[in-house]
Amino acid sequence: MDTTLDAKVPSGPLERKWSDYKSTIKLVAPANKRKYTLIVVGTGLAGASAAASLGELGYNVLSFCFQDSPRRAHSIAAQGGINAAKNYQNDGDSVWRLFYDTIKGGDYRSREANVYRLAELSVNIIDQCVAQGVPFAREYSGVLANRSFGGAQVSRTFYARGQTGQQLLLGAYGALMRQVAAGRVRLFPRREMLELVVVDGVARGIVVRNLVDGKLESYVADAVCLATGGYSNVYFLSTNAKGCNVTAIWRAHRKGAFFANPCFTQIHPTCIPVSGDYQSKLTLMSESLRNDGRVWVPKQAGDRRHPNQIPEAERDYFLERKYPAYGNLVPRDVASRSIKAVCDEGRGVGPGGRGVYLDFADAIKRDGRAVIEQKYGNLFDMYYEITGENAYEVPMRIYPAPHYTMGGLWVDYNLMSNLPGLFVLGEANFSDHGANRLGASALMQGLADGYFILPVTIGGYLADARLPKLDTDHAAFKDAEREAAARIEKLLAVRGKRTVDSFHRELGLLLWDKCGMSRNETGLKELLEQIPALREEFWRDVTVTGSAGTFNQVLERAGRVADFLEFAELMVIDALERRESCGAHFREEYQTEDGEALRNDDLYAYVAAWEFTGVGNRPILHKEPLIFEYVKPTQRSYK
Amino acid sequence: MDFILKVWRQNGPDAPGRLVTYEATNIPPEASFLEMLDIVNAGLEARGEDPIAFEHDCREGICGSCGMMINGRPHGPGRGITTCQLYMRQFKDGQTIVVEPWRAKAFPVIKDLVVDRSAFDRIIAAGGYISINTGSAPEANSILVPKEDADLAMDAAACIGCGACVAACKNASAMLFVAAKVAHLALLPQGKPERRRRVLAMVAAMDAEGFGNCTNEGECEAECPKNISIAHIARLNREYLRAKFFSR
Ligand SMILES: Cc1cc2nc3c(=O)[nH]c(=O)nc-3n(C[C@H](O)[C@H](O)[C@H](O)COP(=O)(O)OP(=O)(O)OC[C@H]3O[C@@H](n4cnc5c(N)ncnc54)[C@H](O)[C@@H]3O)c2cc1C
Ligand code: FES
Repeated sequence: MDTTLDAKVPSGPLERKWSDYKSTIKLVAPANKRKYTLIVVGTGLAGASAAASLGELGYNVLSFCFQDSPRRAHSIAAQGGINAAKNYQNDGDSVWRLFYDTIKGGDYRSREANVYRLAELSVNIIDQCVAQGVPFAREYSGVLANRSFGGAQVSRTFYARGQTGQQLLLGAYGALMRQVAAGRVRLFPRREMLELVVVDGVARGIVVRNLVDGKLESYVADAVCLATGGYSNVYFLSTNAKGCNVTAIWRAHRKGAFFANPCFTQIHPTCIPVSGDYQSKLTLMSESLRNDGRVWVPKQAGDRRHPNQIPEAERDYFLERKYPAYGNLVPRDVASRSIKAVCDEGRGVGPGGRGVYLDFADAIKRDGRAVIEQKYGNLFDMYYEITGENAYEVPMRIYPAPHYTMGGLWVDYNLMSNLPGLFVLGEANFSDHGANRLGASALMQGLADGYFILPVTIGGYLADARLPKLDTDHAAFKDAEREAAARIEKLLAVRGKRTVDSFHRELGLLLWDKCGMSRNETGLKELLEQIPALREEFWRDVTVTGSAGTFNQVLERAGRVADFLEFAELMVIDALERRESCGAHFREEYQTEDGEALRNDDLYAYVAAWEFTGVGNRPILHKEPLIFEYVKPTQRSYK
Repeated sequence: MDFILKVWRQNGPDAPGRLVTYEATNIPPEASFLEMLDIVNAGLEARGEDPIAFEHDCREGICGSCGMMINGRPHGPGRGITTCQLYMRQFKDGQTIVVEPWRAKAFPVIKDLVVDRSAFDRIIAAGGYISINTGSAPEANSILVPKEDADLAMDAAACIGCGACVAACKNASAMLFVAAKVAHLALLPQGKPERRRRVLAMVAAMDAEGFGNCTNEGECEAECPKNISIAHIARLNREYLRAKFFSR
């Protein structure tokens, strides 16, 4: 057992852990809270909810984001919904079932205690958001409506049309702005975090670049919370917003925070297929569509007929065929791999044969077009705008795309990393989704972390911590500023010929081919040659125009791509090291006879937490064993 | 496809700006407007020239980052879409396209097509929320909301805060933006207790930021990428009058 990693899971029965812990954790007296300054980087669901709640408690909060307004964080783009074990449908849902589904969906690679707490808090989240005025969908009776999502046999997803993330984020943003008005939170938009400042082994501040005037600024605090989102953009093409990056957590990793399970990346099955190399991002079609849409391809490879001309008997509804119990609602990893498999057999449709149909004809016949329009109108519109095709009349074409990253900085039960004083929440941490996240669970996790968990656990830390008074003249801040400035100068000094994006695209393609939906030892080993070579070329031949002390979007992108080029190697090392298949991590060498992921619990039932030892050096692996006391890991079956 | 672009270039808030001509060549019709700008910028970058600065993030019409005047219209031709949702197939091959930033006193230019919209944040800070602390919420289904009200509130809440309404208005008024938030919250039972305070505070903040008056021109509704209805402005006016009436 690795003694450096203590998850600090409280003792006691699973159902009581959080409530007992909460009632015994040390507190900071109300009058003392204002003496503490807390940094929260990120204003997505996790960051905005945390900053608002900490402000309400009386702390002095500094809130950072790189967009011009906190309201534009990537969470705004979430479409489908948020899970909660309310059991309003009386269909047998419960906290236990949501816990169980999440553990199983994650393929038994997450921590039981964390996941149970998440399921428990899910119900409070809905209460909170409704009270804030989030306009969730309603039934005619005035009660809240629900829909189903993948990996579950109950209907527990709450939604606001196809804009759930937007509405939840605007709720959290409103709460945040209320604290800004109250003087408890100070906003720092258009700032990019470039360094974490660690003083005597404790996280005490950050260095950011002011994106308007290019100046470096330092901020000191009693604790630093990172809620900076996921790193799917390492693949270049993904469903994430263009600005999503690994920089904040990578910089923290370089300062000693362990990076957990970096190879656990989720490829979402229902995205609009790639159509050309000019393309800058991929668009997700919400998973909720799989409630009513049926996924199929022609039975015959190379069948080029118009979909509406292919008779029923010559279609293969392969998800329904392979997984009768869950049908089109199997978890994402399972759906994505099945889609890839039929396309690999030559049965894919659309340009390059990289697509499958998602067909609403039966649903429209059954419920009428009006009902389908009511449920998914905006998604159909979006599909039409992008492809020029009318999905009420011809089936949609979809293909998997990088979407979410389960990996992230390692945190204990308190959401604190191995670096004291550094807390990590939302998609940026690794905590609750194991090797695969279920739909509608990221919003739930971000808000559980920000509204309910961090505000409690950070008090426990502060009450016990001895934090000497510091200011930004301290040598650690000066060193961090120098490091950040030197990196910027270095980027500007290359003056090469290749654009930043061309490197990013190339890195993305390499990873998509060899460390995407499926991985094997040969491919991964090739990547360990190719990535350092590409990185070397980047530092030799990239062109970064403009200067440091100005508004400079090329420089912003260059810094992010430089970090992706370092991080990608860690992702591959992790994928290589994990010689098993689990959830979204599919190693071709380890599969069952019918092509399902084959886990190896004897050897790999652990969290892989990596310690940085220098760029290009072998990182050190720390293992946190996963112990299952309440659910018995079994071979996942959705048949 | 090929296009002639005339793009507003301006180095900073106080620097003079001017339209600069660029050729956009070999643009796939399936490319979005922003992808077209990416292609032009890649060419500029490769030649060591300063690329055109523009704001963007989600590239799917929801974050509200993007926004520019395209041939004199906010977010360009087409209704109910943002700039990132505009595709080049909408334009004619060889067409000249003029691209400018939002023009409004309350939105100073930062660089090229990027403007400062923080005035919107300050208006929200003045009261665009329901004052409830984390942890004090009642059970969700104890608050019943008629479906019609919930749907109407959602229509208003769909605002992405992009600023097209201000850019479209000859008075540079922010009425539609403010009305959308006021209506969203006033339509819900949860929002009722604070409705008077909210509308007065938000309207005062709007005035303080230097936005113009609303003279019912209706351009805001026509150019709103989320089709937010001008009926919400009528609702705002009613809320405002009511609040004024009761506050004396
Ligand atoms: C298209 C799409 C649809 C989705 N739909 C759903 C859904 O229906 N249900 C669901 O549960 N999940 C969904 N997800 C996943 C979910 O939206 C995200 O996992 C979640 O919103 C992440 O929230 P977050 O608060 O952790 O981070 P984000 O919302 O990504 O916020 C990150 C914040 O950090 C800031 N930041 C990042 N880097 C830096 C830096 N270096 N310096 C300063 N600031 C920085 C950003 O400015 C931003 O404010 C979807 C995701 C996508 C891409
Ligand atoms: S980039 Fe987000 S709305 Fe256009």
